[in-house]
Amino acid sequence: MEQSSIITIKELIKRFPVGKGEFTALNGINLAFNTGEFAGIVGPSGSGKTTLLNIIGSLDTATEGKAVVMGQSTGDLTTKGAAKLRRKHLGFIFQTYNLLPVYTVYENVEFPLLLLQMSDSERRKAINDALEWVGLTDKIKSRPAQLSGGECQRVAIARAMVKKPEIVLADEPTANLDAANSHNILKMMLKLNEELKTTFIFATHDDKVIKYLKRKISLEDGKVVKDEIIKIKGD
Amino acid sequence: MIRFLFKGLLRDRSRSLLPILVVTAGVTLTVFLHCYITGVLGEMIEFSAKYTSGHVKVMTRAYAENKNQLPNDLALIEVNDLISNLQKDYPTIEFVQRINFGGLLDAPDEYGETKKQGIVGGIAVDLISENSKEIDRLNIRNSLVKGRIPEKPNEVLISDEFANKLEVDLGETVTLITSTMYGGMSIQNFVVAGTIEFGVQIMDRSGMIADISGIQNAMDMHDACGELLGFLDMANYDDITALNVENTFNEKYTDLNDEFSPVMTRLKNDSIMSGYFDYVDSFVGIIVTIFILAMSIVLWNTGLIGGLRRYGEIGVRLAIGEEKGHIYRSMIYEALLIGIVGSILGTLVGLGFSYWLQEVGINVGDIMKSSKMMMPNVFRANITTPAYYIGLIPGLFSITLGTMLSGIGIYKRKTAQLFKELET
Repeated sequence: MEQSSIITIKELIKRFPVGKGEFTALNGINLAFNTGEFAGIVGPSGSGKTTLLNIIGSLDTATEGKAVVMGQSTGDLTTKGAAKLRRKHLGFIFQTYNLLPVYTVYENVEFPLLLLQMSDSERRKAINDALEWVGLTDKIKSRPAQLSGGECQRVAIARAMVKKPEIVLADEPTANLDAANSHNILKMMLKLNEELKTTFIFATHDDKVIKYLKRKISLEDGKVVKDEIIKIKGD
Repeated sequence: MIRFLFKGLLRDRSRSLLPILVVTAGVTLTVFLHCYITGVLGEMIEFSAKYTSGHVKVMTRAYAENKNQLPNDLALIEVNDLISNLQKDYPTIEFVQRINFGGLLDAPDEYGETKKQGIVGGIAVDLISENSKEIDRLNIRNSLVKGRIPEKPNEVLISDEFANKLEVDLGETVTLITSTMYGGMSIQNFVVAGTIEFGVQIMDRSGMIADISGIQNAMDMHDACGELLGFLDMANYDDITALNVENTFNEKYTDLNDEFSPVMTRLKNDSIMSGYFDYVDSFVGIIVTIFILAMSIVLWNTGLIGGLRRYGEIGVRLAIGEEKGHIYRSMIYEALLIGIVGSILGTLVGLGFSYWLQEVGINVGDIMKSSKMMMPNVFRANITTPAYYIGLIPGLFSITLGTMLSGIGIYKRKTAQLFKELET
C-alpha cells in the first residue's frame, strides 16, 4: 500500500556562521517521511541530527533547499505560521523533559490544549486519555519535582501526544533514563505509533532507541549515508 | 489561558513574591526618602522662618532697604493699630512683634562697677503675654540650660557661654547699653532669669533673648517694633499663599512716596532664604532623582534577570506552539501586575513610615550640639502630594521596562536558539 508523505525534504542545506566563516551542518539532505513511520535519525554528536529535527519542527529554517511539513514549506512560514504548525500538528519530546515545574502533571499536559482553545470538557477528556496512555492517572496532582525521571518523560510524552499530533519529534528522549525506563518509554511510544498512527521521528545515538526503530537514517557530517527500513521479527 | 498563567505566577515565588518584595522595598525607600528630605529641608526653612523671617515679614520701606543693619530708628510705629487691621485682613495669619537689637552688656560687681562686659546681639519677643506662642515657636523651653523663662519685662535670658564669660549667675543684674529708637543713649538694667544654649555659635557667644515690652521700654520704642513677622496657619511654608498675602498687603498698605509706609516680603524673597530655597529645590530634585535612578536600575535588573532566567520556559512554550507575541505580552502583563502590586504596597509602607516620622520625628538635639548650623532639634518627614505617585517611577516603569528589554531577546534570538537553551 502506498503511503502519503507528510514530510518532504529536498536538497536541504544548513550553514551556521562560525567566526568569519561558515559551518555546514546539513549538506544536501533528501528525505521523505510517511504517515505512521517510527523513524530515527542516528549518528554521532555534531552530525546534524538536532539541526534536521529543528528544521522539520519549524524551529529553524534551511539555508538552501526546502522542508515541507504537512504540506507547508517551513522556510516560507511566518513566525505566527510556524507557531500554528507546531501548535496543531507537531509534538516535541526533549532529552531533559522540560516540564513546567510550577504546574502539576495534569496542568503540564493541559497546556497545549489551552493554546488550541479547546472547551473544558474536551480538554478534560483528552488529558485523562493521554495520562491513561502513559499510565500516570494516579499522579495528576504531582509536580515534576515529585516524579522520577521515567515518570517525567512519560508526562512529556503525554504532553506531546494529548492533542493527537500527526508528527512527534523526539530529541534524545532516553538520554537521561536508565535501561528499564528507556525500554518502557519506547514501548509506550511504539504502542501509540501503532494505535494512533502518529509519525515518530527520533534524533538519537542511543542503541536502546535504535533497537525499536522501523526506519534508521544514518547521518554523518551533515549527509545521509544510509537510509534503511528495519524489519522487526514477526512483521 | 490567563488563569493558567496567573496560577503559574502565584505558585512561582521567584517570579511573584520575590519581585514584589524587591519592588515594595525600592518604592518604600523612594517614598520615604522623598518625604524625609522634603521634611528635613522644610524644617530648616521653617526654623529660619521662626527665628528671623516669618512666613511673611512687615517692615517700613526704609527699614527693609537697610535691614542688614537692623535700623531700629526706621522701625514701624503705631504697631498695635497695624496688627488690629492685619488681623481683620488676614484672620488666619498670626502676626508677632520682633526687635533685633545690639549693644553692650555690662556685668557689674558688688560695688556697681563694671566687672565684665561684652558686645551683645539680642532678639526681643513676646515672652510674657498669656497667649504668646513665641516660647514654643523658638523652642526656648528646651534650650534652657539654667533658670527659667522670664516672667517680667525686666527679665532676660542670655546664652550660657556668654553668662560664663561675664561671670553672671541667675538673679544677677546686667546692664544693656544701646541706643534708643531716636538715637539717644539707653542704659537699662535687666535681671538674668535663665541661661540658654542656641546651638548656633554666633548666638551662643553673645546672644540674648528679652521680652519685647522690656526692650521697647529700654529703646523708647513704645507701640513700635523693627519687624512684624506673620506666620501662616499651616505646618510648612506655602509660597503661593505667602505670595498672595504679600501682593494684597503691599497693594493696600505700601505707599511708594512714603519711606515709612509698611512693606511686606515673603520668606522666599528674604535675602538669605531666597538662595536657600533654590538650593533646597535643586537638592531635593538631585537627591530624589539619583535615588529614583538607582532604584530604577535595581528594579530594571530584577525585570531583566526575571526575563532571562525564563528563556528555558519560553523555549518550551514556543515549541508547544505559543506565539512569540503572546509570550512577550504575557511577560509584560506579569511585570505590570508585579509593578502595580509592589508600587501600591511600597507606597503604603513608605507613607506609613513617613507619617510616623512626620508625627514623631527624630530628635537630633544631642547629636547636633556642636553644629555651627542653625537647625531644629527634631527632624520630621513631610508627606507631600508627589509622595503618592513618585514610587511609580521605579516601581512600575522600571520593572516593566526591564522585562520588555529582556523580552526583546525572544524576538532577536532564533527560536532554535531558545529551544537549545532548554538543554542548559
